[in-house]
Amino acid sequence: MDSAVPPLVEVSGATVRFGAETALSSVDFRMFPGEVHSLMGENGAGKSTLIKALTGALPLDAGEVRLNGVPVRFRSPHDAQQAGIRTVYQEIDLLPNLSVAENIMLGREPRRFGAIDWKRVRSEATVALADLGLDIDPASQLGTHSLAVQQLVAIARALSTEVKVLVLDEPTSSLDLDEVAELFRVIRELKQRGVAILFVSHFLDQVYEICDRITVLRSGSLVGEYKIQELLRIDLVQKMLGRSPGEIATRAPAAPTEKKSQTVLSGAGLTVRPGIANATIELVEGEVLGLAGLLGSGRTELARALTAVDRLDGGTLLVTATGGSPRTPREAIFHRVVYSPENRRTDGIIDRLSVEENIGLALQAQYGVFRRIPRARMRELAASWVEALGIRPADLSRPAGQLSGGNQQKVMLARLLALAPRVLVLDEPTRGIDVGAKVDVQNLVGELADSGLSVVFISAELEEVLRVGHRVAILRDGAIVDTLPSDGLTVDSLLALVAKPDENAE
Amino acid sequence: MKNIVKHRVFWPAVALVALLMLNAIARPSFLSITVQDGELYGSLISLLRNSAPLMLVALGMTIVIATRGIDLSVGAVMAVSGAVALTIIADSPTPEAPGTIATAVAVAVVVTLIAGAWNGFLVAVLGIQPIIATLVLMLAGRGIALLITNGEITTVNSAPYKFMSQGYLLGFPFAFFVSIAAIVIVVLVQRRTALGMLTEAVGINPEASRLAGVRSRGIIWGAYAASGLLAGFAGILYSSNIMAADSNAAGNLIELDAILAVVLGGTSLMGGKFSIAGTVIGVFTIQTLKSTIVFLGVPSPVTPVFMAAVVIVVVAVQSPLLRRTALRAVGSIRGSNSNTTEVAK
Repeated sequence: MDSAVPPLVEVSGATVRFGAETALSSVDFRMFPGEVHSLMGENGAGKSTLIKALTGALPLDAGEVRLNGVPVRFRSPHDAQQAGIRTVYQEIDLLPNLSVAENIMLGREPRRFGAIDWKRVRSEATVALADLGLDIDPASQLGTHSLAVQQLVAIARALSTEVKVLVLDEPTSSLDLDEVAELFRVIRELKQRGVAILFVSHFLDQVYEICDRITVLRSGSLVGEYKIQELLRIDLVQKMLGRSPGEIATRAPAAPTEKKSQTVLSGAGLTVRPGIANATIELVEGEVLGLAGLLGSGRTELARALTAVDRLDGGTLLVTATGGSPRTPREAIFHRVVYSPENRRTDGIIDRLSVEENIGLALQAQYGVFRRIPRARMRELAASWVEALGIRPADLSRPAGQLSGGNQQKVMLARLLALAPRVLVLDEPTRGIDVGAKVDVQNLVGELADSGLSVVFISAELEEVLRVGHRVAILRDGAIVDTLPSDGLTVDSLLALVAKPDENAE
Repeated sequence: MKNIVKHRVFWPAVALVALLMLNAIARPSFLSITVQDGELYGSLISLLRNSAPLMLVALGMTIVIATRGIDLSVGAVMAVSGAVALTIIADSPTPEAPGTIATAVAVAVVVTLIAGAWNGFLVAVLGIQPIIATLVLMLAGRGIALLITNGEITTVNSAPYKFMSQGYLLGFPFAFFVSIAAIVIVVLVQRRTALGMLTEAVGINPEASRLAGVRSRGIIWGAYAASGLLAGFAGILYSSNIMAADSNAAGNLIELDAILAVVLGGTSLMGGKFSIAGTVIGVFTIQTLKSTIVFLGVPSPVTPVFMAAVVIVVVAVQSPLLRRTALRAVGSIRGSNSNTTEVAK
């Protein structure tokens, strides 16, 4: 793969502006046939913007895209698809109520006498699935399959036309290890066929496993293009962040504060059907309790039960400090037990309200309608949190929906911390955010615990749970089977505990 | 300058001013205001008076739309309000007494407040979609009004009742002061308290608002109740204008004008951010349009077509997409020039 082969895709001087802000500034980017290319950068570095420009979802303000050496101009994603550039987005954009075959062939169903030829729909879909080594019934309803299968169906859909370039945006974020391996097998096969693949992921391990070439972006500009074997991981992180690795060193977990082991929140026999059954949990002042469990073990359900977001079907929740048993999120906040939801976009951020209003929202809601926080004080409050958490851009009146994922997470944290909480339940606070923001959030959690706050920390990344948590509660099939100090655990031993079949639990 | 253009009511205001200017050019008498016995008369003054019922209804509609809802029942609620008030006055031995009028108005608006609360109950508590929930009362309301008036058009003679829509105070129509009072009260309640922001939060994302501890249910319920109350006052003004409770004609299709006024004012039907100033401008735009149609002598069968054509123009002017496309068309001409200079370098 030398420069003897001409690049399949060549983007030069790509510039995209949103109003006064330049999201992408004169970026050069190329992809070779039969190569897996990764686009790396922090949130807000311009990755999505470049992908959108490449796939016709956004027009370029300057610069050009060449496909096979010929300048092309895509007016819509449809144009790009016609030219052989297909995209599989992070959020699966399929129709769960239709069959697998219908989803694969949607919009280009083979026709016979003007009507859809269902026989051929099924047979072509079967071929497309077989190409990916996916053994499922094409007539089955898509929604009944796991997210991983749906992700693969989305790829099958992208592939069943003449594809030259395949863009995979965070394709592995909802897949488990076996499923990732399956996806990688498919990617390698496509490489053989000469397809150029753009693989965007936050998981460095996966990038190093599958990619041939990396392009790094920072703040909308090109940092450089590298061959994977020539770029050490530490250098990659440094290039993405623009700081030296020493500055992003993670904070060592503080010693568990044994002395003030006063319970602040306890749940006994918590049951919310169908997610959790008879879960019992105790949270001590000043500790970070990690929650580890597989997908579907009831992590999120437990977090929602602890913060009274979902109504309990059984069991009792007690905020020991106040003696209250909240039944709604509002009451939980009154007892200063707060929740940062897993899905920021749908359950957290109010996207069209400003950063300032988003930060002040929960506090204002506690004050009530008639005790309005004066504008100046609200500004001051929001500004101090923007400063303390390093929210970027530091523009209080910008709609929060325009911020990058990491900064939206920080806005969420600011909203909750403004309530001076006693218990903070964080559900996947670092999912989908970049390395820099991730370390910021982890360090913040440690500092908060040092100052006496109790934190429940949920993450699918076991390494992170171990690093941040003082104790780790292991969740299996909707119940906590064990709680252990994190000191004595490694990622492997924790994984073994988490994945252990249930009959051995008792 | 840029900030003015960016302000959300800039384009709605441009549309209104353009419409007013067209009128002023087409008929110079449009702008003239005469004084008789210390009272002002003229097209603009009529505009202020005649817009009052729509103003009240549109203010309520703005709040409901901000919660991501819609209230189709406002016209029917106006009919109920007029029916209740006029039935009380007609049955009273003293139809001219201020006490009778006060009782009639009070009972009527309490009834419409309950009607609004009913809508709110269906939407906020039972979780019925707003368009269906309010359709119930939209259909049933006029029937209820006819039941109250025994199927007749109740008429009364009562000078103080007539005063509300046709009287003058300090040289201006009394109805105009009702409009002003309603605008001021709504602005104070929404923007001086935290209600406005919480309403927007609920409208943009109800679930996230609930998790943030916002009492979404109460806020949505309150919005429909307020809409019912304001429609009640609008019904009083309407019946006072014709001194009759016409259950079929009162507020007929006003829900559509009100929704249009809200949208012309730049508030999205998607809910969330709302603008009272925008709605006020929207109401005046619609009222001016109606008076323009009368003045131009557009034959009434084609009036809706004319109205629709103007609305399309007004909405198109406000469309960011259309403006951007226009800007880009201009920009691409300039852009192609700058490209050539770059190549030259």
